Amino acid sequence: MRFSTIFIVALRALRRNAMRSILTALGIIIGVAAVITMVSIGNGAKAQIEAQVATLGQNIITVFPGSFSQGGMRSGFGAALTLTPEDAEAIAAEVEDVDGVSAEITERSQILANGLNWNTTVKGESPDYPYIRNWLVAQGTMFNEQDVKSLAKVAVIGKTVADQLFPNEDPIGQTLRIRNLPFRVVGLLDTKGFDMRGQDQDDVVLIPYTSHMRRVSRRTNINTILIQGSAPDKLDKVKMDVEDLLTQRRRGREPDFTVRTQEEIATMATATSSTMTLLLAAIAGVSLIVGGIGIMNIMLVSVTERTREIGIRLAIGAHGRDVLTQFLIEAILLSSLGGIIGVCLGIAASEIVSQTNGWPVLVSPSSVFIAVGFSAAVGVFFGFYPARKAARLDPIEALRYE
Amino acid sequence: MPPVVQIRDIHKIYESGEVPVHAVRGVSLDIHKGEFVALMGASGSGKSTLMNLLGCLDRPTRGSYLLDGIEIEKLNRNELADLRNQKLGFVFQGFNLLARTTALENVELPMLYGRHRRLGMSEIRERAMHCLEIVGLANRHDHFPNQLSGGQQQRVAIARALVNEPQVLLADEPTGNLDSKTSVEVMGVFQKLNDDGITIVMVTHELDIASYTRRNLILRDGVVVRDEAVQNRLIAHKELARIGQAEAAAKLVSSPAA
Ligand SMILES: Nc1ncnc2c1ncn2[C@@H]1O[C@H](COP(=O)(O)OP(=O)(O)OP(=O)(O)O)[C@@H](O)[C@H]1O
Ligand SMILES: [Mg+2]
Repeated sequence: MRFSTIFIVALRALRRNAMRSILTALGIIIGVAAVITMVSIGNGAKAQIEAQVATLGQNIITVFPGSFSQGGMRSGFGAALTLTPEDAEAIAAEVEDVDGVSAEITERSQILANGLNWNTTVKGESPDYPYIRNWLVAQGTMFNEQDVKSLAKVAVIGKTVADQLFPNEDPIGQTLRIRNLPFRVVGLLDTKGFDMRGQDQDDVVLIPYTSHMRRVSRRTNINTILIQGSAPDKLDKVKMDVEDLLTQRRRGREPDFTVRTQEEIATMATATSSTMTLLLAAIAGVSLIVGGIGIMNIMLVSVTERTREIGIRLAIGAHGRDVLTQFLIEAILLSSLGGIIGVCLGIAASEIVSQTNGWPVLVSPSSVFIAVGFSAAVGVFFGFYPARKAARLDPIEALRYE
Repeated sequence: MPPVVQIRDIHKIYESGEVPVHAVRGVSLDIHKGEFVALMGASGSGKSTLMNLLGCLDRPTRGSYLLDGIEIEKLNRNELADLRNQKLGFVFQGFNLLARTTALENVELPMLYGRHRRLGMSEIRERAMHCLEIVGLANRHDHFPNQLSGGQQQRVAIARALVNEPQVLLADEPTGNLDSKTSVEVMGVFQKLNDDGITIVMVTHELDIASYTRRNLILRDGVVVRDEAVQNRLIAHKELARIGQAEAAAKLVSSPAA
């Protein structure tokens, strides 16, 4: 038989039992729709986290205080602040392929201006900070090395702080008070949005880290060191050099720091969501197999029920192979039509989820192809046995079948 | 010219039940091109069994069968299927149409397989339509079997048997479920086909139907007991005309009485 006619014959057979065909395909439809929706939600979450990690900047390496080495547990994130500004300076001076280094010290504090007050994050940073984080200064300028050296009382503020303290005013040149010390606003940062933990990154005031240590927090240690590598393929090398340098500087003491590349941070952040996606997809995959068994069941019933039809076809000249192809194509048509309808439903469901819950949803083309391909494969796998059973019937026996 | 059908001492024993049934016990037969044969006999005498053997649907337990010079015993399952498809047309006892499938699609069926498998769908459709015209059912092509009368279903089955232009048309009780007028109509179709050169073998219980054929075979307990040419052959279209007149007359007579 021609392939097109096999198709027509199979389609006619399915149409003759339209209701049953739909019910049979329902298992596959639901399975595929579930896979598509689950994977889309998972991918959306992952993409969002990755986008947020990317706002950190490019080729970033972060040094945290504390170490994983002690019993596998980090001894308290920032519990014992042992990083010093000298560590940062040493990295800037000695490690190769480093484009920028910022010593970072963070504290929440109440700030005042114009008779308004606002609780925000006050960060001590190096002048490299906006460059490292790929964060433009929208108005004014970033403070410079001279300001760091002279413990200048200058600040660069985020958009949220500007909106809160200087509504309808140009913030540049204004004064704000941190711990009652006046700081002159020299720059306004571009809008950055929310970070991975859902915190407003624009709710920030940057001041020279030296000013922060001496005037604001009065601490001798810093929270983190941000390093920008010159190229992605240099990061592992830079990370190792930084670890070596800091270990060397500790002169045989237990390492009390952890160095992480941005990629490692991203991986950690997306690990949970990836596991969830995999788990949900696996559950949905099981429902696909159940759908396949449904198809096999119905095809077996169909072969028995249509024994006479098979007998007639064989009697007027069909080869076993023709009957086999017909039933196999029927099964594949059922399952892949189910797959295609399932994909449409899945995309629609993802759309609804993202509209109603505001979750980020990402329908990936690969999940669509895999779902349709897999459901066709289910048709072949579960359709083969019934089809072969049909093909092996004896024409005269099949014709006599009541 | 060698006979189209040549069987020699053919036997069929059914082993399926507890006791083997010897349904055909040594039949030898030559049927030449253009013959029109009626196979008669009591119920259970082995007519359908012999037809199934002639139609290559079943294999004989013993004996040889040459169809158009081809030795049937030597063919495998697929070669037999091709033979059925190309050289034989079979009208089954009790129609055997595909349910919920239109008359036209039923007639298309044989062209989907065998030698015609390369035909396009439109040509298949055209040929099927032509065969429905031959049996006078072109206007019912899109009807399902359950929407057709018994005689119409039988004619669809005949059209299906004809569609691949077979050399031999085998029909198992083609008029078994039909009233006498429809039976004569079907015989008219057969006589016309036979005049066009198709060899026909047909099973029937009815003597008057048998007299539309050219040769009568009587089977008893699986053996041919009589084989003779038909003497006063009836011609279907004349008979139909006569029946038509009789009906008209009956109406003329009965209408004043009513
Ligand atoms: N598949 C079978 N298995 C066993 N015995 C069978 C089978 N088919 C037919 N028979 C037996 O073979 C004998 C001949 O049957 P067959 O069907 O050929 O008769 P028939 O002449 O066609 O009868 P009818 O006029 O009623 O159709 C019968 O005794 C029947 O019981
Ligand atoms: Mg019979």
